[in-house]
Amino acid sequence: MPYIPHSDADRAAMLDAIGVKHIKNLFADVPAKVLYPKFKFPPPLDEQTLLEHFRFASDNNANVNDYMCFLGAGAYRHFIPSVVDHIVSRSEFYTAYTPYQPEISQGTLQAIFEYQSMICALTGMEVANASHYDGATAVAEAVVMAYNVLRKKRNKVVMSPFVHPEYRATTRTYVQGLDLEIVGDDTRQDAQSLLSLVDEETACFVTQFPNFLGELEDFRGIAEHVHDKGALWVVVADPIALGLFKAPGDYGADIVVGEGQPLGNPLSFGGPYLGFFATREQYVHKMAGRLVGETVDAEGKRGFVLTLSAREQHIRRERATSNICSNEALNALAAAVYLAALGKCGLRQLAEICYHKAHYLAREISKLRHYEVVTTKPFFREFVVRCPKPVAEMNEALLERDIIGGYDLGRDYPEMANHMLVCVTERNSRLEIDTLVRALKEVS
Amino acid sequence: MTEPLIFEISRPGRCAASLPELDVPEARLPQAFLRNDLPLPEVSEPDLVRHYVRLSHLNHAVDTGFYPLGSCTMKYNPKINEVISRLEGFAAVHPYQPAHMVQGCLYVMYVLQGLLQEISGFAAISLQPAAGAHGEFTGMLMVRAYHRDRGDLGRTKVLVPDSAHGTNPASTAMCGFEVVEIRSDARGNVDLEDLKAHCDEHVAGMMLTNPNTLGLFDENILEIAKIVHGCGGLLYGDGANLNAIVGVVRPADLGFDIMHFNLHKTFSTPHGGGGPGAGPVGVTKALADYLPGPIVRVEIPDEESLDEGLYFYPFMPPKSIGRVKAFYGNFGVLVRACAYILHLGIEGLRQVAEHAVLNANYLRVRLQDTYPLPYKRTCMHEFVLSGKIPGAEGVRTIDIAKRLMDFGFHPPTIYFPLIVPEALMIEPTETESLETLDAFADAMLQIAEEARTQPELLHNAPHTTPLRRLDDVRAAREPKLRWQP
Repeated sequence: MPYIPHSDADRAAMLDAIGVKHIKNLFADVPAKVLYPKFKFPPPLDEQTLLEHFRFASDNNANVNDYMCFLGAGAYRHFIPSVVDHIVSRSEFYTAYTPYQPEISQGTLQAIFEYQSMICALTGMEVANASHYDGATAVAEAVVMAYNVLRKKRNKVVMSPFVHPEYRATTRTYVQGLDLEIVGDDTRQDAQSLLSLVDEETACFVTQFPNFLGELEDFRGIAEHVHDKGALWVVVADPIALGLFKAPGDYGADIVVGEGQPLGNPLSFGGPYLGFFATREQYVHKMAGRLVGETVDAEGKRGFVLTLSAREQHIRRERATSNICSNEALNALAAAVYLAALGKCGLRQLAEICYHKAHYLAREISKLRHYEVVTTKPFFREFVVRCPKPVAEMNEALLERDIIGGYDLGRDYPEMANHMLVCVTERNSRLEIDTLVRALKEVS
Repeated sequence: MTEPLIFEISRPGRCAASLPELDVPEARLPQAFLRNDLPLPEVSEPDLVRHYVRLSHLNHAVDTGFYPLGSCTMKYNPKINEVISRLEGFAAVHPYQPAHMVQGCLYVMYVLQGLLQEISGFAAISLQPAAGAHGEFTGMLMVRAYHRDRGDLGRTKVLVPDSAHGTNPASTAMCGFEVVEIRSDARGNVDLEDLKAHCDEHVAGMMLTNPNTLGLFDENILEIAKIVHGCGGLLYGDGANLNAIVGVVRPADLGFDIMHFNLHKTFSTPHGGGGPGAGPVGVTKALADYLPGPIVRVEIPDEESLDEGLYFYPFMPPKSIGRVKAFYGNFGVLVRACAYILHLGIEGLRQVAEHAVLNANYLRVRLQDTYPLPYKRTCMHEFVLSGKIPGAEGVRTIDIAKRLMDFGFHPPTIYFPLIVPEALMIEPTETESLETLDAFADAMLQIAEEARTQPELLHNAPHTTPLRRLDDVRAAREPKLRWQP
């Protein structure tokens, strides 16, 4: 066994020191009738065979890099600069644990502090935590936080139908045990018209930017109305879009959360990703998750520690703001390295490239017969196309041309059968885009 | 030794990324939506790399030294798993590609479900939860759904031992249950009399870690299960300490109805500085329909289409509590754990548990005459000492912990579990050699001696680390949670 260093002599010496004859004797407290059951298990694989086995399995996947991919819908294919994986592959980072002992964890702590600062910069908020599991759980925790901020007295959550469907589903799961009702599923509503549902019973109003259909909804006046009713405004934001567009904080949002995967994290079949979570300073004590703060050491040198942990489960137990313990620290590190690599100008330039390419494709598709670009509002890197056939059928035909088509909106919105959510990033060259347009023409 | 913040090495105009030229005509930007300022750092690639590499040097990690953090199972993270998880056929797969394009991913998930079932004895597994606490929350939502589905609406209480991880009461509360704390007895087991006194028709279930956070196997586990089941409750197992019994005992055989696995503990996936983890949940047959989905099923071809092979597909259980996160789960973590289990086989896993327990007992024996051992029993994969060294009354556990750093060791978990004053919770794991254990024990003994003779050496520790002891109080009183120019 390569990972267990004990020789026979080591074992004998240790057992002798302990004063037992066999290792099995150490399990004397376990009821004998359940000890050492028979397991049905495959034989162990040596390292070479193991790698071949998994290589074979991975070859049974169609990886997006072998295709022209126009699929997004919450998981995005952006280019990951080489530095990102290089840094997160340093085992000083990935084999460390939660930095409970700050004197020997300054690397992780400072990196998280920088991450928190970058998320604040992106979202226009004052505090950000060290991460949640993903975008969906960040939204759910934001809703629970709003409920707690308002002392569990308000039992209604108004959530836009164009918040990612799986985030909405996850939030519903999270609030099962709480006295909370989620409303706002009517897809004929946009952010502005949903606002009328926000009343004195409402804990929070949840909208997404860009929304699940890729649109930039008009956020003017929302903060005023929501705050007028005494509720909180939660915005689910795309971090790449925030490189180009105004921060939700500028519109008066109270909590800004989102999926951080587009920031330097591979698609990896849906995880691990990271949920980013930011809010205003006044709510920091109600916030879930780990927080890193600046302080000094005994000699007055600047250093960083986990702080305000009286909110957390290991101190507050059943009165904690959440049960979260492990988060997605390494993914947050990847996000921080990514944001530092692109920086102020790079992120904006990237967002503009996505914007222009998506609009180029939309213009070209709108020239096709049998297709209609349904999106009329401003959009970012995704938009909706009505197709002449069911999307599943379209996508099978596109696949024959090495194209991974867009997301089938009929899966979540019955009235949007035949509607495809198309995504364009910097990874899609003009050649790819033109190829898609030609293919659409052929399969109509 | 300190490193400037990335914002402090930023200079206008620098950028570490090179983006592709725009190859399409520009579209009109919606002016009303555009932002004016984006205060992100601006650095070159060499500066960026040096910054993070220097930061990495400030970390203690499993790959740099012994990390006996109790209840965290900081074992070695095999490198082959890193290679496998980065294969392009796994890393570059979109979760919304149709099932026929992602058969490899679904295969890995199906295999892992089966392996975890066999290891635990449970009937069904959901791989969706992203961490241990997430698995606990998932499990307790299932407890809630199970009772409600039977029309049993009066079960509002969940029993949690006083030795439990803080996540247990927190997860319970998130499901709307009331937490009732159960005492431990003099041997560190659940106090059966206290348990019986609280078991009634209002009990939804009990959350139990076995071995518990004292590192002790609860000798009355079968009796506990009988009592909890007897009042109609379900028994939830916190799988954080599975490393002690993997391949030796199946948790389902102990009477647990639900249990989460910490793949980042027992199954060697790296902790990443705090995450990502994965917290799959296993359940008995009676609870399988409530699992969060999607879980993976297989279609076995009939004889005529045998050459088409197996077909794996995602499935949502009929009474599912719903999804607990987006997409499938932390796939990149799942694939590492699957590789680890297939690499070791069941015999290898049994050796993992046996050597984890051997290592812990060896350290216990070496230290128990110097540091008070409140529960004098054979331990499992970890044990809890008290930092109240006789003859060194002015020294606290925090001082011992900080002094350990000067010897190159990460301190154990401290001040937990709460029922042991000045607790030091030590979990060596199976991947440490006798020499490392001896060096650690020697350091602990020397520190105990120093505590009696030169306590200021401990009070002022650490002495050799990049920074000296940090001021936690100041951090909490005057929170500075982000960089500001």
